[in-house]
Amino acid sequence: MVKQQPNWSPYDNNGGSCVAIAGADYCVIAADTRMSSGYNILTRDYSKICKLHLIYQHQHNKQMSCPAMAQLLSNTLYYKRFFPYYAFNVLGGLDNEGKGCVFTYDAVGSYERVGYSSQGSGSTLIMPFLDNQLKSPSPLLLPAQDAVTPLSESEAVDLVKTCFASATERDIYTGDRLEIVVLNADGIRREYMELRKD
Amino acid sequence: MSSPAFEIPPKGGFSFDLCRRNEMIAKKGVNPPSFRKTGTTIVGLIFQDGVILGADTRATEGPIVCDKNCEKIHYMAPNIYCCGAGTAADTEAVTDMVSSQLQLHRYHTGRESRVVTALTLLKRHLFNYQGYVQAALVLGGVDCTGPHLHTIYPHGSTDTLPFATMGSGSLAAMAVFESKYREGLTRDEGVQLVSEAICSGVFNDLGSGSNVDVCVITKGHKEYLRNHLLPNPRTYVSSKGFSFPKKTEVLLTKITPLKEKVVVIEGGDAMEE
Repeated sequence: MVKQQPNWSPYDNNGGSCVAIAGADYCVIAADTRMSSGYNILTRDYSKICKLHLIYQHQHNKQMSCPAMAQLLSNTLYYKRFFPYYAFNVLGGLDNEGKGCVFTYDAVGSYERVGYSSQGSGSTLIMPFLDNQLKSPSPLLLPAQDAVTPLSESEAVDLVKTCFASATERDIYTGDRLEIVVLNADGIRREYMELRKD
Repeated sequence: MSSPAFEIPPKGGFSFDLCRRNEMIAKKGVNPPSFRKTGTTIVGLIFQDGVILGADTRATEGPIVCDKNCEKIHYMAPNIYCCGAGTAADTEAVTDMVSSQLQLHRYHTGRESRVVTALTLLKRHLFNYQGYVQAALVLGGVDCTGPHLHTIYPHGSTDTLPFATMGSGSLAAMAVFESKYREGLTRDEGVQLVSEAICSGVFNDLGSGSNVDVCVITKGHKEYLRNHLLPNPRTYVSSKGFSFPKKTEVLLTKITPLKEKVVVIEGGDAMEE
């Protein structure tokens, strides 16, 4: 008997893109707010950025550091290794020294600390542009170089806005509105920008 | 027993020799190349003086937009235009072909082309190819018998309607038509309704987008309003611009001269003519 193809899949691709860039003393995280399914738009106002730190703080009596959070997320994803979460994550924050740190994940929890990353349907359009503008040093070079970008905070935000405006032009799943979160020593700042709605 | 010196050519009709081979290759994971489709919204309606056609301008290749401002309203005859949805190559080829056939027919008969002529030529061609030519068309025009609007499906069936929509955005556009269409619209009301229907497709369907094209055809006169509406300007242009470093970095240069393999014989024979 030929193996039966399943009639129903528990997974659905809701599209969208996200980006994070690590700076010397800040971290910029951005994502569009469109949720879609097939050719339809389900909502134009869905936030893909979440703040994570409260449970750890209560149990361990200290603020959760970014590398600890990165490991937690990796474990959470790998826990479901044989029925994965259909999620491609980018984690952004400030490390213990106050420098920006960005971690990029695959669907089952493999992660790496990088200077910048993008995931989602628009990542194939955004990543080459970030590679060109931010040119991360190869992790194979010695002595080990810092992955953070020398750009200023406003320049990084400008870069992110351009990335999304361009990705929206060519990717049908990216658009509606851009949510930008900037983390620095002063705290968290949120900014929104309108994108093409078609 | 000797095998035939040449292959006997097939008698005609379809040859399905490669189907098993294609299936086998697909099973191994190599998929056939994707086509450029115009995931589209196209509409047409009849108003008091003639026909109005409308279309969006986005062409997609899967999830990527490959053309932000393509033309989906094709010329068939001075009094007939046709909007096309489906595979871009198919809609272009089939409308160009029928447009040429109509021109030849006009020379032959000395008369203005009729919409039903274009309709019959298109449906015969599409039926002949049993749906493999994936062109879904909205054909509209005004001839000596009056204004006409038809839809043609990829398998060759047709409908004659007072208002019609096709493409991935057809449901969004039809929702607008069903609520607001009435008989005897004026030109401006008709253009307004068509623009609204296309905009509904542009904003609610991911396969449609960018601008709105409109074409108004009346007795003896046509107006092709290319980019009638541009509701999607680029949202952000960086004020400082970007610089792009020259090219790929050269990390290492190593030149290896190839050894010569020519043996030179002193005083050998001269070359003969």
